[in-house]
Amino acid sequence: MQLIRSFVKVLPRALAALAVFTILLGVGYPAVVTLVGQVAFPYQANGSVMEVDGKSVGSELLAQWSSADGRMWGRVMDVDTTSFTDEEGAPALYAAPSNLSPTSDRYSELVAERVARLREADVEQGDAAIPVDLVTCSGSGIDPGISPAAAEYQVPRIVRATGLPTEKVEGIVSDCTSGRFLGVFGEPTVNVLKVNLALDEALGE
Amino acid sequence: MPQVILQYMLYLAVLLGLAYPLGGYVARVMNGERCPLDRVASPVEHGICRVLSVDPDEEMDWKRYLVCVLAFSAVSLVVVMAILMCQGGLPGNPDHVGGMGAALAFNTAVSFVTNTNWQAYAGETALSWFSQAVGLTVQNFVTPAVAIGVLFALIRGFVRTDGEGLGNFWNDLIRSVLHVLLPLSLVMAVLLMAGGVVQGTGATRYVTLREPIAVDASGDVIANADIDEAAGTVSVDGVTVDDATIVTEEAVPQGLAASQVAIKQLGTNGGGYFGTNSAYPLENPTPFTNLLEVIAILLIPCALCFSFGICVGNKRQGWAMCAAMGVCLLVALAVIAVSEQCGTAALSQGGSVDLSWSGQAGGNMEGKEARFGIVSSSVWAAFTTAASNGSVNCMHDSLTPLGGMMCMLLIQLGEVVFGGAGCGLYGMLGFAILTVFIAGLMVGRTPEFLGKKVEPYEMRWSVLACLATPMAILVGSGIAALVPGVADSLTNSGAHGFSELLYAFSSAGGNNGSAFAGLSADTAFLDVSLGLVMLFARFLPMASVLAIGGSLSCKRKVAASAGTLRTDGPMFVFLLVFIVILIGALSFFPALSLGPIAEFLGVAA
Repeated sequence: MQLIRSFVKVLPRALAALAVFTILLGVGYPAVVTLVGQVAFPYQANGSVMEVDGKSVGSELLAQWSSADGRMWGRVMDVDTTSFTDEEGAPALYAAPSNLSPTSDRYSELVAERVARLREADVEQGDAAIPVDLVTCSGSGIDPGISPAAAEYQVPRIVRATGLPTEKVEGIVSDCTSGRFLGVFGEPTVNVLKVNLALDEALGE
Repeated sequence: MPQVILQYMLYLAVLLGLAYPLGGYVARVMNGERCPLDRVASPVEHGICRVLSVDPDEEMDWKRYLVCVLAFSAVSLVVVMAILMCQGGLPGNPDHVGGMGAALAFNTAVSFVTNTNWQAYAGETALSWFSQAVGLTVQNFVTPAVAIGVLFALIRGFVRTDGEGLGNFWNDLIRSVLHVLLPLSLVMAVLLMAGGVVQGTGATRYVTLREPIAVDASGDVIANADIDEAAGTVSVDGVTVDDATIVTEEAVPQGLAASQVAIKQLGTNGGGYFGTNSAYPLENPTPFTNLLEVIAILLIPCALCFSFGICVGNKRQGWAMCAAMGVCLLVALAVIAVSEQCGTAALSQGGSVDLSWSGQAGGNMEGKEARFGIVSSSVWAAFTTAASNGSVNCMHDSLTPLGGMMCMLLIQLGEVVFGGAGCGLYGMLGFAILTVFIAGLMVGRTPEFLGKKVEPYEMRWSVLACLATPMAILVGSGIAALVPGVADSLTNSGAHGFSELLYAFSSAGGNNGSAFAGLSADTAFLDVSLGLVMLFARFLPMASVLAIGGSLSCKRKVAASAGTLRTDGPMFVFLLVFIVILIGALSFFPALSLGPIAEFLGVAA
């Protein structure tokens, strides 16, 4: 009983404390960070959207769909076109992770289908083992990168379909590769969208 | 191989290298000593104390301290819930998000007030930036601050002998926010933005796709489609597809992410700004931001071990607590790492898929980002479930059975393997009291810990603290498994489906917040039941710990004798780990064997 009385007595001070912290941490802190971000890092703080000739062509951090033989393919995408619609109501591309257990029979069938499709497209590789990045869905569902092995696997196909010299395609891939942080942390990746934009440019499209 | 091992070792080395000095700093802050940031923080501190008419030197007994904790949390719960339900009519809502329903708002408010950050919604579509910043970011700061306060109240119980009180709740809250959490978050938020995390108040941006796509009525991409954008028609091999939709744009969500991500990592909160949390490239874009975010998970919980050692005047005791937690973490990390690197038979397809680590990360890449690979994902998975953080950079639902089980087990041990900022260590101290008691029984001596006699009163409360989590998890998931309709929320079936449910209640009961995200958790039953589990598992241990602190602070110190069990050596570390695993394993072995163990054996068979 006494505890409840003192609880009620503390409530006004608790509310005041929350108000003070809300002003400091919910308004002041994000405002300072936003100010710093918009002044010092406007490109990064607004989604790292790349522009070509003044036209935005995509965020370098978000994967896009690519399926042409003459272009680099990325991670498997479970496309979601219902979460976002633009100002005119047109659906926009987004994606989600699969959340599937990598042991189930259903999953095994999915991977088998993906293997078959890649075997058909990348005939140059014959029966070579396919890099795992190409048959798996990522954590965000919208992973912009693939491993160097997964990029290398696709080079012969891109060369065949585009007619570009192998060295040219390999040069583009290595230009679009970012390494580990300090040479240790994380994994090297090839940015699929950047490769495809560079291929577009090389082909004059 | 050497690169992989070097990477694991450096993650751990960076963590220890930063946590040790921070531990000393936090001890100074919480003991009210002079601090490097006094020139900036002191005026603000005095200002806040004046506004709240708080006398920072006024001592509180344990009941008073608890009442303040509860009142502050209750007010927070009501205010956050109100903000979430009314966000449609509030400012800072450029995407015109509607208000949340009552059940989901209750679940979300409880989740953030208990430092759990369980999320049954996706932030980019369900919340405005106003709700995220004014509602949730504030809780991300104050909930770890509350728990750090409670931890130091307990520590004062060990140190003091005059029974004059456990410190001042408001002073503890203000000092830990102003001197520890806010400065660290500011630095981290700026570094995150430099790395590419978004921070803006604008609406979602839409960019033109390089290659437009066509989707059918069920939302699947139509393969080999010929898209005529001008006419708006889609055909496959010359045949027009009637119900196709052409998609020419991609959404690039915006928001106040960097500021919130910094504190959600540092404060063991874990609630992502975006639905897929730190797997999402706008929330964790590069290996550099990943290093910052993953170290931030364990930084404060690990540092507090060293603060504890300093405050009780025995640095070895701090190292002993850190070692006991570290051993459990290393074992779990090793199992996750090996299991994920090996992958599964469903993935390798009899050798058609390359799972090796040459030119790629290899292993089980389902649900993992290419830039993080196996090493950085495994380290994160172990850290986030050891600490009650719950953020993810890979999807735990897609972990291998053993990898997923270790994550679940780390949570089920009661979030004491470093655990939440503050609450992890006070939980572990509860286990330490249990350990000296059991060890005392074995040798027939009166148990003592840090010079204080442990008697039935302390025992009762520490048993409550240690059993609160297992009780909440097992009773909760047991009831949920019987309720009709819950099974419809599962993405996977069979043993893995049960794992999704068990993981959800473990996550709520451990105040962790990570998920086997295949569970569609936004149903009225799950919202409310998980909410109640979170409240129980947060506040019962808190009350127990404060009661223990209150009782200990009135006891005089007994001198160590030949019969005293040393609590800062390897023997005690071993006993402590043993007790933690004994209670965790015995409580959860039956449940785990229905979920991940059954799945693992099913694959092996």
